[in-house]
Amino acid sequence: MSQTLQDKRPVAAVRTGSLSHARMPRWAPAAIAVGSIAAGCGIGSAAGWHSRVQWGIIAALIFVLATYVITTKVENSRQAKDRVATSLVWVCFVLAVVPLLSLAWVTVKEGMEVVDGYFLGHSMNGVLDVQPGGGIYHALLGTVEQVLIAAVIAAPIGLLTAIYLVEYGRGKLAKAVTFFVDVMTGIPSIVAGLFILATWNLMLGFGPSGFAGGLALAILMMPVVVRSTEEMLKLVPNELREASLALGVPKWRTILKVVLPTAIGGITTGVMLAVARVTGETAPVLLLVFGTRLINPNPFEGAQSSLPLYVYEQYAVGTDASIARAWGAALVLIAFVMILNLVARGIARWKAPKTGK
Amino acid sequence: MRGKTRPGDRIFLGLSRGAGISLLVIMAAIAGFLAYRAGIAISKDDANFLTESEWNPAGNPPVFGIAVLAFGTIVSSVIAMIIAVPVAIGIALFISHYAPRKLAAPLAYVVDLLAAVPSIIYGLWGALFLVPYLDGLNSWLDEYLGWTYIFEKTGEGVARNLFTVGILLAIMILPIITNVTREVFLQVPKMHEEAALALGATRWEVIRMSVLPFGRSGIISASMLGLGRALGETMAVAVVLSPSFIISGHLLDPGGGTFAQNIAAKFNEADGFGRDALIASGLVLFVITLLVNGAARAIIARRKEYSGANA
Repeated sequence: MSQTLQDKRPVAAVRTGSLSHARMPRWAPAAIAVGSIAAGCGIGSAAGWHSRVQWGIIAALIFVLATYVITTKVENSRQAKDRVATSLVWVCFVLAVVPLLSLAWVTVKEGMEVVDGYFLGHSMNGVLDVQPGGGIYHALLGTVEQVLIAAVIAAPIGLLTAIYLVEYGRGKLAKAVTFFVDVMTGIPSIVAGLFILATWNLMLGFGPSGFAGGLALAILMMPVVVRSTEEMLKLVPNELREASLALGVPKWRTILKVVLPTAIGGITTGVMLAVARVTGETAPVLLLVFGTRLINPNPFEGAQSSLPLYVYEQYAVGTDASIARAWGAALVLIAFVMILNLVARGIARWKAPKTGK
Repeated sequence: MRGKTRPGDRIFLGLSRGAGISLLVIMAAIAGFLAYRAGIAISKDDANFLTESEWNPAGNPPVFGIAVLAFGTIVSSVIAMIIAVPVAIGIALFISHYAPRKLAAPLAYVVDLLAAVPSIIYGLWGALFLVPYLDGLNSWLDEYLGWTYIFEKTGEGVARNLFTVGILLAIMILPIITNVTREVFLQVPKMHEEAALALGATRWEVIRMSVLPFGRSGIISASMLGLGRALGETMAVAVVLSPSFIISGHLLDPGGGTFAQNIAAKFNEADGFGRDALIASGLVLFVITLLVNGAARAIIARRKEYSGANA
């Protein structure tokens, strides 16, 4: 067989052209990018614009145009469109990262100048607006207390609602709850504040207090807790429930002893993320907690302060010293929220329910 | 076979169902109480609440209306949507289809971080950092696009205007739009994409022919969720905008206001009746966000069933 094949040597086909069309080298996009950034900077500085934003826009436009024209020449228009789409997608991503980096950089840079042990450990008692010094102790204390109150109220209700939806929920009531939980996540925080204002303060006649703020934050927390807990409970394998029920364990004990412990990591994560979310809420606190310069450790009586509110107040005062304090408090707030976020995600990874195998 | 239910089961079911019902009660109470206080305010309003552009509930007779606030809220949110939706789709595509596999998860996390930043810090950054930067862009827009009327600057003033607010809101609603669209893009059946690739489509053609059509309803509902956020955002707007009770189509002129911003700004100086008037404007905001969010969720819920049958 092999001999017959070898007998006739095939005549080499005469190729008139390459089967694949011309491709641009791999470094081409990078080269075009460098070229257009240079052109953007050149045009920007030649025209004497101070705003780097404009330079960036010009560079981006040149990049997209150059990519399209060059690729159409070298390859074809379909490839050109593909490349333009790729670069647009990259530009979109950069557009999202730039503000995040800028915000983080500015906050850390401005904040570090103010934050120290004194700043964390003192209130604004007796500090004039124009004076440097003072601190955020009262605001930190207020934030922690209000957020704890919110968590103590919202976590059990959220947890039970999620259990209802996953373990029992059928029919119209469950559908209605699911829909309104979703809608509730979209309630503007200031509306939650107005609601507590209309009931707790205007109808029942209580004054501003940390507790009122905590109530509003609880309303904002509940749907987030329900949503995340629901997702986690759905991840618990049904076999576990069935095994427990088959042993004659009542359903409520199955839920408490089998389902919840399996999902506890994810639930903790969800609650912590919800806490992180409401920690930064300013609007309801502004309406309900009112703000003070003094340390008020009692959340049930009298005005308190809170970190986001402190940032707002110090910014509104507008002196150099107060704006520096605003940045300092902003740094502490952002660190607080980010640490909560990271710890929450760490727990999620560490305690993830074992699936498969 | 259904014997008597155990008392423990009954109690537990009662508790968890009660929690679910309490959420519905809270929603109903929010609507009810806001409507009640708003009714008190509006009945004493000497002007048409919907069309009056002044805000003076302390006057005699009280005159206040939401025309300026509605205008400012809608304009700033529309600007935010125009900027944020395409960028968010781009980021979602980047994470789901363009980024190297190993980078996709960390990048998604970065987007989540954007969502975790408290709005007051966006406000602070916007007022002290973004506004000076946008001054240059504003005068450039005024110079070259001033003939469009909306980009015409009629006076001097820093960029504490609705345009800046729109840009800031766009940054703030990017994460939610990105996250929802990304989820939908990841649900696109692999077969559709591979079929397109096998026919020789470029990556962009795959996205245009299989990913975007599949994800259209997801994109729409994600945008509406973002819109809901933008409409209700308070502190960032309150910090950045220099408010005034004038309706002006010149986006680059400082002034205007939004529902939420007005409540935050006017609350401390308001007396009892003034607070009721603010609650009335809050009710309008509540109803608008309720409608927008409800519609978005309804679209998502519908497509959940569709994609479930598809999988």
